[in-house]
Amino acid sequence: MGDIFSNYDVLGAFWWTIKLSFFGGLGALVLGTIAAIMRVSPVAVMRFIGSAYVNIFRNTPLTLLMVLSVLGVTYILGVTLADDINQNALRWAMVVLAVYHGAFVCEALRSGVNTVPAGQAEAARAVGLTFGQSMREVILPQAFRGSIAPLGSVLIALIKNTTVAAVIVQAEAAGLMQRIIEFEGGSFLIFAIFALGFVVLTMPLGILFTSMSRRLAVKR
Amino acid sequence: MTEPLVVLKDVNKHFGDLHVLRDIDLEIGKGEVVVVIGPSGSGKSTLCRAINRLETIESGTITIDGKPLPQEGKELAQLRADVGMVFQSFNLFAHKTILDNVTLGPIKVRKEKKAAAEKRAMELLERVGVQQQAQKYPAQLSGGQQQRVAIARSLAMNPKVMLFDEPTSALDPEMINEVLDVMVGLARDGMTMVVVTHEMGFARKAANRVVFMADGQIVEQDTPEEFFTNAKSERAKDFLGKILTH
Repeated sequence: MGDIFSNYDVLGAFWWTIKLSFFGGLGALVLGTIAAIMRVSPVAVMRFIGSAYVNIFRNTPLTLLMVLSVLGVTYILGVTLADDINQNALRWAMVVLAVYHGAFVCEALRSGVNTVPAGQAEAARAVGLTFGQSMREVILPQAFRGSIAPLGSVLIALIKNTTVAAVIVQAEAAGLMQRIIEFEGGSFLIFAIFALGFVVLTMPLGILFTSMSRRLAVKR
Repeated sequence: MTEPLVVLKDVNKHFGDLHVLRDIDLEIGKGEVVVVIGPSGSGKSTLCRAINRLETIESGTITIDGKPLPQEGKELAQLRADVGMVFQSFNLFAHKTILDNVTLGPIKVRKEKKAAAEKRAMELLERVGVQQQAQKYPAQLSGGQQQRVAIARSLAMNPKVMLFDEPTSALDPEMINEVLDVMVGLARDGMTMVVVTHEMGFARKAANRVVFMADGQIVEQDTPEEFFTNAKSERAKDFLGKILTH
């Protein structure tokens, strides 16, 4: 076991996993929120764009999107996010993670919006708030609180799905695991080390989100 | 009647096959208190909600202070700011404190300073008798208290007219009076009010005019004394016979 830790940068690989998760998660929250607002907006075109986004990315395999980003968008269309090949792939991995999970964030939020009684929106409008203001001040704060538990599930799935990025990048945990297995041969120990690494990342998050969903629940 | 503030002309609306508003013509003068009564499903709530366009109408016009109701957008939001609305189910913002409920509109819509908005909010909360609850959340208050906060929230916008959509129908009997007292006070102070209610006592005490609706139409309108003692239409006599015998 000491060999593995001294010969390979396991913690560094998990650090990349954390970075992928953090930026992917941040992007997913932003994209998902925008998409959710579009999906409940009074404008039909907005609703169409929002639901098209969700349906396209929710129904496409993540592996396929990862491969498409580098093989398709970078090599064929020539769109790069960094000059260095590895950096380019890492940044694409973050973008793909954000775009893919944004669709799930959108649906979690939309189910949260549905937990907000219609009267809240009516009261907001009756006070004279515009659509944007009533979203920001009244609907979304309650929708976020109502969707904390499903949002937690999406973020945990995102952390584990960073392993899919291994098809285009080598730096993160699953990529390193592949290399170790290639050079050292597979063993239960290697599997356990990496599995434990992910549990350490995801379990506190799950506990945090469960307690938050209880603490922040809107009392009616 | 004083000069008309709210004018509805030939207003029609359907819910599917149900013709919920039929050729409604109604003028509400400045400072007037109009009570709308009628059996359930007569369209009185829809009428009330149409005045600030929470319900759209299919034909006809509604004007407030001479201005026709605009389409959904910034202009409509501005108009709604001038029209107070009190709902049957209170609809206080559940994630905000009582004080924040009252100051949200003044700060976000009227762009008032927070300190000034809070000072005025406390005065209004005191006026409706819930100043002690300012830092609590809506779910911690009784129904009657919540509805009084909802009235204070509307008043904070200095509305030209206030709409009440069955404000006491969701309340326990012992809480109805505390809300009605506030409403009678408002009426005395000259607020223009449209009140959909089943509280005949309030209509007698505070209304200038009673509008009786049935099947989407305004059947009859008169002063409260005249209407309650000497209704002209059969439909109104029948309705009053049912509710006043107990």
